[in-house]
Amino acid sequence: MSTALLEVRDLHVRIGQSHILHGVSFSVRSGGITGLLGRNGVGKTTTLRGILGLADRTGTVELEGAPIADLKTHQIVQRGIAYVPEDRDVFGGLTVDENLRIAERPDNELRYDLVYDLFPELKTRGKQLAGTLSGGQQQMVAIARALLNGGNRLLLVDEPTKGLAPLVVRNVVDALQRAAEVVTILLVEQNLSVAHKLAHDAIVLDQGNVGYVGTVEELMNDPALARRHLGLSAAGAGH
Amino acid sequence: MQPERGTSDVATIVLLLITGLGLGALYFLIASGLSLIWGLMRVLNFAHGALFTIAAYIAWTVTQPMQNGNVLWTWIVGLVVATIAGGLAALLLEVFLIRPLYARPIGQILVTVGVALAAVALIEGAYGSDPKQVLLPPWMSASSHILGADIANTRLLLIGIALAVLAALLLFLRRTRYGLIVRAGVENRAMVTALGIDVERAFTLVFTIGGMAAGLAGFLSGTYFGYIDPARGTSMLIFAFIVVVIGGLGSVTGSAVAAAVVAIVQQFLNYYAAPGIGDFSVVILLAAALLLRPRGGEAS
Repeated sequence: MSTALLEVRDLHVRIGQSHILHGVSFSVRSGGITGLLGRNGVGKTTTLRGILGLADRTGTVELEGAPIADLKTHQIVQRGIAYVPEDRDVFGGLTVDENLRIAERPDNELRYDLVYDLFPELKTRGKQLAGTLSGGQQQMVAIARALLNGGNRLLLVDEPTKGLAPLVVRNVVDALQRAAEVVTILLVEQNLSVAHKLAHDAIVLDQGNVGYVGTVEELMNDPALARRHLGLSAAGAGH
Repeated sequence: MQPERGTSDVATIVLLLITGLGLGALYFLIASGLSLIWGLMRVLNFAHGALFTIAAYIAWTVTQPMQNGNVLWTWIVGLVVATIAGGLAALLLEVFLIRPLYARPIGQILVTVGVALAAVALIEGAYGSDPKQVLLPPWMSASSHILGADIANTRLLLIGIALAVLAALLLFLRRTRYGLIVRAGVENRAMVTALGIDVERAFTLVFTIGGMAAGLAGFLSGTYFGYIDPARGTSMLIFAFIVVVIGGLGSVTGSAVAAAVVAIVQQFLNYYAAPGIGDFSVVILLAAALLLRPRGGEAS
């Protein structure tokens, strides 16, 4: 039986006057990809930001049993959680090489071989400013940056295929599948066919709470469940 | 040094240009730190002028007992002391007053304005408001003949020092890991943190470097004007803010170019239009820059 890599209990996040997460609790098992799903605006991105301490939050967050909620964001990341944000957030004024170099952490085995194997284009575009890359190429940089440190055990990946052309989506999906062989991924994905293809486990958020925990397969194959939690019609549930 | 009426046109232009560049060198030294601090930390440091003044007075005090010795050596000691004092004052300011207020921009403004006012008042209390004469080595008190113009050597010296500081800052930003962190942090501080980097360390470093540049400028203002006074830091800070906005928030090269442009425009208009018009025109330049780039060239 797989052990929980990440444990989140009673996570509350407030942004200004808005109470976004109302005591979210779930766990992510070690290995593979877990989908964090739900309709728009239910708090998926906020959950990732709450785990990292990028949003003010209360509750318990544990990584392999060690509490991390009291740590600062950079300390949480140093424990082995990497983040691929929704808007990629590459440093546009830095070159591709510099975007990777800044992610290097001392005392870490660096996975340049893996990164360049997944995204050979990054090697040839090393001197190019990241701000001049296409959306798909920027997504490659963002994923590569998160994968780079050998000490990273969990990747929080937020909407990696958003706004990308279908061919690029396929490349990103392939890369994430291969990345999941070396790290655990908690994936927020609005494109359900992508989520279905990549994730085994699913956590569905609904109105700032966890509405469903199970497998993606069960969720997609149960039209009533999919409609209730994701707002999908029976026809749209499968793909 | 204002050119005398009656000198040839070319000589006048050369004199105004180099005098302007010398003044621009001072603006750049203050503005570069201010710009990096704002770009990375989003801290509007109104106490930056106080660092300039404090460092100038500390250097003046330290070098007073040396006045009968070698003047060049005294000048070099003053320069080093002012640079260190500016950095140290900035470090203390950041650690004890700014850091507790990172999430409170209004608090930062109030604290830095308070420090600026208090520093000037303390210096006036301790040294009086009269200017303090600064002794210069013979070469700096002399002038050089360039294209028909007699240029005070201090202008040339300041330009050289500012260029050296610009080169050092660019090397730091482009060739060191902390420089990389600062450049990335100017763009997106939260993402730098999300890469596992303690960005607060970079804050302290940038604040200290900015303070060192301000301290150096404080000392060199004595070299440029021949004296130091408690109000100089505040008046220079106003022009430095203008330079930062025109040059682009967080851009060292932008600050260098803007500092040169602002100071040259100021010199030419003060001479060819009327005294005071040059200073006023700088405000017009600022307004134009804000109209063209409402966010002051801030990295989005």
